[in-house]
Amino acid sequence: MMPGLLSAVTFLPAVGALALVLVPRRLASVHRAAGLLVTLVTFALSVPLWTRFDGDSADFQFEEVARWLPTLGVSYHIGVDGISLLLVLLTTLLTPLALGSAWHAIEDRTKEFVITVLLLETGMLGVFVSLDLFLFFVFWEAMLIPMYLIIGVWGGSNRVYAAVKFVLYTMVGSALMLVAILALYYRHGGATGIYTFDLPTLARFVLPPGMAQDLMFLAFALAFAIKVPLFPFHTWLPDAHVEAPTAGSVILAGVLLKMGTYGFLRFCLPLFPDATYDFAPWIFALAVIGIVYGALVSTVQPDLKKLVAYSSVSHLGFVMLGIFTLNQQGVVGGVIQMINHGLSTGALFLLVGMIYERRHTRLIADFGGLWAVIPAFSAVFLVVSLSSLGLPGLNGFVGEFLVLVGAFQVNPWLAALATTGIIFAAVYLLWMYQRVIFGEVTHEENRGLTDLSLREWAVLLPLLVLIVWIGVYPSAFTGKTEATISALIAQVQSKASVALLR
Amino acid sequence: MSPEIVFPGVAIGGLLPALIVLAAAGLVLLLDLAPPRDTKTHLGGIALAGIVAALLVAVTRWGTEQRAFRDMVLLDNYALFFDLVICYAAALVLMLSMDYLGRTGGESGEYYSLVLFATAGMMLMVSAGDLIVVFLSLELMSLSLYVLSGLFKTRLASGEASLKYFLLGAFASSFLLYGIALIYGATGSTSLDRIAASPAAKNADPLVLAGLGLMLVGFGFKISAVPFHMWAPDVYQGAPTTITSFIATGSKAAAFAALIRVLVVALRGAQADWSALLWGIAAVTMTLGNVVALAQSNLKRMLAYSSIAHGGYMLMGLVAGGAPGAGAILFYLLAYTFTTVGAFGAIGLCARAGEEAVEVVDYAGMARRHPVLAATLALFLLSLVGIPPLAGFVAKFYLFGSAVRAGYLWLTVIAVLNSAIAAYYYLRVIVYMYMREPEGEGLSVASSLAGGLALSIALIGLVLLGLMPAPFADLAQAAVAPLLR
Repeated sequence: MMPGLLSAVTFLPAVGALALVLVPRRLASVHRAAGLLVTLVTFALSVPLWTRFDGDSADFQFEEVARWLPTLGVSYHIGVDGISLLLVLLTTLLTPLALGSAWHAIEDRTKEFVITVLLLETGMLGVFVSLDLFLFFVFWEAMLIPMYLIIGVWGGSNRVYAAVKFVLYTMVGSALMLVAILALYYRHGGATGIYTFDLPTLARFVLPPGMAQDLMFLAFALAFAIKVPLFPFHTWLPDAHVEAPTAGSVILAGVLLKMGTYGFLRFCLPLFPDATYDFAPWIFALAVIGIVYGALVSTVQPDLKKLVAYSSVSHLGFVMLGIFTLNQQGVVGGVIQMINHGLSTGALFLLVGMIYERRHTRLIADFGGLWAVIPAFSAVFLVVSLSSLGLPGLNGFVGEFLVLVGAFQVNPWLAALATTGIIFAAVYLLWMYQRVIFGEVTHEENRGLTDLSLREWAVLLPLLVLIVWIGVYPSAFTGKTEATISALIAQVQSKASVALLR
Repeated sequence: MSPEIVFPGVAIGGLLPALIVLAAAGLVLLLDLAPPRDTKTHLGGIALAGIVAALLVAVTRWGTEQRAFRDMVLLDNYALFFDLVICYAAALVLMLSMDYLGRTGGESGEYYSLVLFATAGMMLMVSAGDLIVVFLSLELMSLSLYVLSGLFKTRLASGEASLKYFLLGAFASSFLLYGIALIYGATGSTSLDRIAASPAAKNADPLVLAGLGLMLVGFGFKISAVPFHMWAPDVYQGAPTTITSFIATGSKAAAFAALIRVLVVALRGAQADWSALLWGIAAVTMTLGNVVALAQSNLKRMLAYSSIAHGGYMLMGLVAGGAPGAGAILFYLLAYTFTTVGAFGAIGLCARAGEEAVEVVDYAGMARRHPVLAATLALFLLSLVGIPPLAGFVAKFYLFGSAVRAGYLWLTVIAVLNSAIAAYYYLRVIVYMYMREPEGEGLSVASSLAGGLALSIALIGLVLLGLMPAPFADLAQAAVAPLLR
């Protein structure tokens, strides 16, 4: 293992941001290039995490521990397991792509934009690698502000409303989580005499089932459910997505939403196993409602970006469904679906952004017959749409299939209902695709559109490769994560049964 | 035979930090008469030197304990910690004042000496081991601040602030005095230690409780706890901005210091009573402060309500009790002082159309023209929200942690939800600075060396407390140790 590698990956973007503060703002292209360089180096550094990660082990790897606030029991403890590894790589991959997509889109205050994105990347990576509740909370909250600025400063016409709504929703959720973190800390300390925020230590502690555990679970769950977003906490999402600039939408959909589902896996399940079992049916039901509701609302959207935003509600519903099956197939499917959604929806937002840059509209009705004008764009759009709707052979199928296999073992009726989400996905994506791409060119403005540029190809190509790779050979990815997930499920089951035996 | 009169020994050492400040105040008054008469900035320098000297003396005294004048004045770690906070606030206020007064035309020798007198009052207040000293030092501090609030003689708002502050303050002081009298009647002493040892205080005698209630009115006024907060918005708005920041930090810190010492040392026997009472006051104070702050368009007024709310958070530490609770308040006050002086200081540097820029709309588009100051102000505001890794977050974490530890879960829930409410109005300022375009004449920022230095110090403190809070938290714990023996 390489000591310090994980810290280097996590903090390199922030260091780059601090360095860029000193570069004068009139050198906008220097900022763009340097930002891209920093994120690319970060990605390059994160590749050894992948290659050297031992997929047969369920332990945390690349762990680093340092004292931070010893009197409180707070330590700088980071590490990755099979779940967070995938998300770390997703983050380091999507951030340079997002910056690349913003090359011409962000002309105003480029310096601030690049710095904000870099700080955001450190915040997101920090959330995924933290193994200390205090450290996690610090990153969780700190990451809010850059995203708030990205939406609020570089967003669309209604950006301020969307940005404030995003922050307030998230803050209310995380406020109660803070109380629950403190309550857990003192409960563990009172029972064992060890006052610590260390996650692996706390995860070994068997909390007695009952009111206290339920409330703590709900406090954590609220914070994560808002972030996912789980129906009915999703209302901030369409606003944030529609107003955010393309780069912001890509990061928001690709990475930020995963923080919620990741939070359930990392904290709710191992810390509060009894409450997890108690509330699983409810969350299961909400996930299915989200799948169907998101798909139905997507179908009727006149705006491309809004359509993709609501489809996120539906897709994240699959992730939640998979996680709360609490069986191997379901959880593995959920984790893979997290990655898939990051890739497919990230790519969809990129494509919508590219067409918006050309036409300055996102209304489906303003397009039509694009295949004749920009065939390469249309072809990529087709592949990504098919991946998003779960065509076998592409990535989306793998995750959704596994999730549904898991879900059928738990509740066949709800699983059957969830399956309709896949059908609706085909409806809204293909119908949208048909209206935008096929037919005659209905608007004269569309005749002069230019096809994908080299830069745009460079941004899209990595995503296309992964979309096909996961679709054809998923075990390259599931292999890294299966050991972790079976250990997690075993841990939840054994802790829940220990509590039952008391 | 008449009883022999014993004169207590004179132990100047226990007063030393406050005496240095008083001496500097006298010197400033004398030199005010000497030339040069057209500028008074050098007096500010002398005042600053006095504060720094007192600060250094306080630092060297750390770890020692001195009792002077028959325990009327105690210079223990607790007092020294607050001396540091107060001197720090006073120093920043003086640095910000030098330029601010020049621009607003209020420069005068009395200003600097009054700031020093107020500082000396605060420093005596945190050392008070006797209710009489509490009262005297509180008056020294308050009278100086009453005058300072009305510094802008030609501005109606300033005069209104001064008069309101004075009238309501005098009213509150009399409540405090009445409470002291009742406690003296019940226990036969005004010394905190002897009150604590008296049976009446140990058994929470009704007369003691009545005295406690009246004293809480007096203290509640000074820390602007609801329902005694009415003066705060008007005074904060009308007073010169530098004085506003001093009232919001130094005077609040001193009042908290005395309140904690009186409650924890003298009235420990009635803890169940005052703890329950303060639970309600804390909840109402933070909620009202935050909710009303939502509706403010004037920044100084908004920060006044926010300061009320922060007072409510700090009361949680008293409710939680014990060393963790008191230590958390001390740490919070330190972080709060850094942040609040910084926020007011940044506002004091801004002007629009020849007037001080105090309306939120004045700050529209500020980030474009003055990116550095905008970012600085944004960081102060984010710390007030409690966003990590800034001081405000860690301070809240300690405070809420102490409340959860003592089992006050619901109070903590109220507090965290309040923090979420508060995010809205702090972030609104950031919305104006970063996400809106300026209308009409833009904001102009005074370039001030001393002011910039003060803001830099505050900013460094903000980040340092956020990233490396452990040494400061240990300091706060060491400071409360003498109280809890």
